[in-house]
Amino acid sequence: MLNVRNLNRLNIGPIDLDVAGGEIIALTGPSGAGKSLLLRAIADLDPNEGELSLLGQNRDAMDAPDWRKQVMYVPAHTGWWADTVEPHFAGLERAQVKETLHHLSLETTALGWQVANLSTGERQRLALARALAHAPKILLLDEPTSGLDADNAVRAEKLIAEIAKKGTGVVFVTHDAVQAERLGTRRLYFYDGQLHETAP
Amino acid sequence: MTGIYVQLSYFDLAIASVLLLLAGGLSVALNLGLEKSLGIAALRTTVQLTLIGLVLKILFQLVSPWWTGLAALVMVLLAGREATARQTLRLRDGWGYSIATTSLVTASGIVTVLALTTAIRPEPWYDPRFALPLLGMVMGNTMNGVAVGMERLSSTLKREKDAIEARLSLGHSRRDAVRPYVQESLRAGLMHIINAMSAAGLISLPGMMTGQILAGVSPTEAVKYQILIMFLIAGSTSIGALVAVLATSWRLGDERDRLRLDRLRERAR
Repeated sequence: MLNVRNLNRLNIGPIDLDVAGGEIIALTGPSGAGKSLLLRAIADLDPNEGELSLLGQNRDAMDAPDWRKQVMYVPAHTGWWADTVEPHFAGLERAQVKETLHHLSLETTALGWQVANLSTGERQRLALARALAHAPKILLLDEPTSGLDADNAVRAEKLIAEIAKKGTGVVFVTHDAVQAERLGTRRLYFYDGQLHETAP
Repeated sequence: MTGIYVQLSYFDLAIASVLLLLAGGLSVALNLGLEKSLGIAALRTTVQLTLIGLVLKILFQLVSPWWTGLAALVMVLLAGREATARQTLRLRDGWGYSIATTSLVTASGIVTVLALTTAIRPEPWYDPRFALPLLGMVMGNTMNGVAVGMERLSSTLKREKDAIEARLSLGHSRRDAVRPYVQESLRAGLMHIINAMSAAGLISLPGMMTGQILAGVSPTEAVKYQILIMFLIAGSTSIGALVAVLATSWRLGDERDRLRLDRLRERAR
């Protein structure tokens, strides 16, 4: 579904990567190796070069916002542009938002919460919900459970697995080898600016 | 002229300079560390103003479009530099200076020429005795709006990077994602002139009007000039801040709707 050929950005590349629908790729590697930068480059958030396509459609032929809506990057610590949660879900179908929130054991009343009062875990779950509600074809998740307690991490993992089962391709960065084994259908290692099939 | 003009001697200035010693003494006593900057600034103001006095005297005698134009050009280039120097976060590769100078030229140029040809109408319209002081006042104030607007936008986009990129990641266009910060920066750039217009006459007596009154012009006439100037400044600041903020916003993004903070450089202090 997602095909990356010859992706280059500062200190990274060339990268070749194929992500199929339903696949969950666990990406591990030493801190500072550039795993997040790789995900950002795929989402076209930083200047980069390469041939990328989604379902055969070339990235260069698509508007950048269009591409990002379908190849969605969720950083480990995301930003919020309004005081309460609700405006961040503006324009999305209400029923789907509620369902996603429910899956992440967040109440619907969460939409009325003040962003400033959210805990790290709540922020992370809401960020995930915010992205999932857009129903992207590819999800690029940067340490999606790093701020969650064990229970909520399990819930988030379950949701990610479900989303993949429905056909979304997932690439997630983790520092937890056990989680990579448990959640990933395939493992990749990132070091020396390159993707590898085997650990260093 | 309705009054008498009192000429100042250099001795009168020397007496006023005693006040500087007072300010310097205060800085030493309170350990503010400002005495050196204060001294340099006072020296600069004396030298710069004396020189400009001489230059203007010559220019006023010449009444040449070329020399007037050259003087205006130098003023614009210096104002562009000053507007850039005031920013702690600057666009790299000369973009900060170029944008500041271009906005200043566009805004002050249009407004000054408009005022000279429609409101004041000296003969010839470029008579330096009118053109240069007018341009100076309009541009000095526009520079403030341009510098504040650009600085506010750069620092806000840097501070709100996570929020902006969150929106970009969700497929919002860059234009939508930065719009609130562009608006905020424009408001910041215009705040000074709005405050100045609101306070004029009540809290502050504007400098130009005061100068005319001291020079013997009747207050009601001086006030008319001051109102004209205020309107010119408001117009020029609006145009200048708009051009500068929009151009900065354009430069801090690219054709792939990215946020390009790598094009900013923090000033080394």
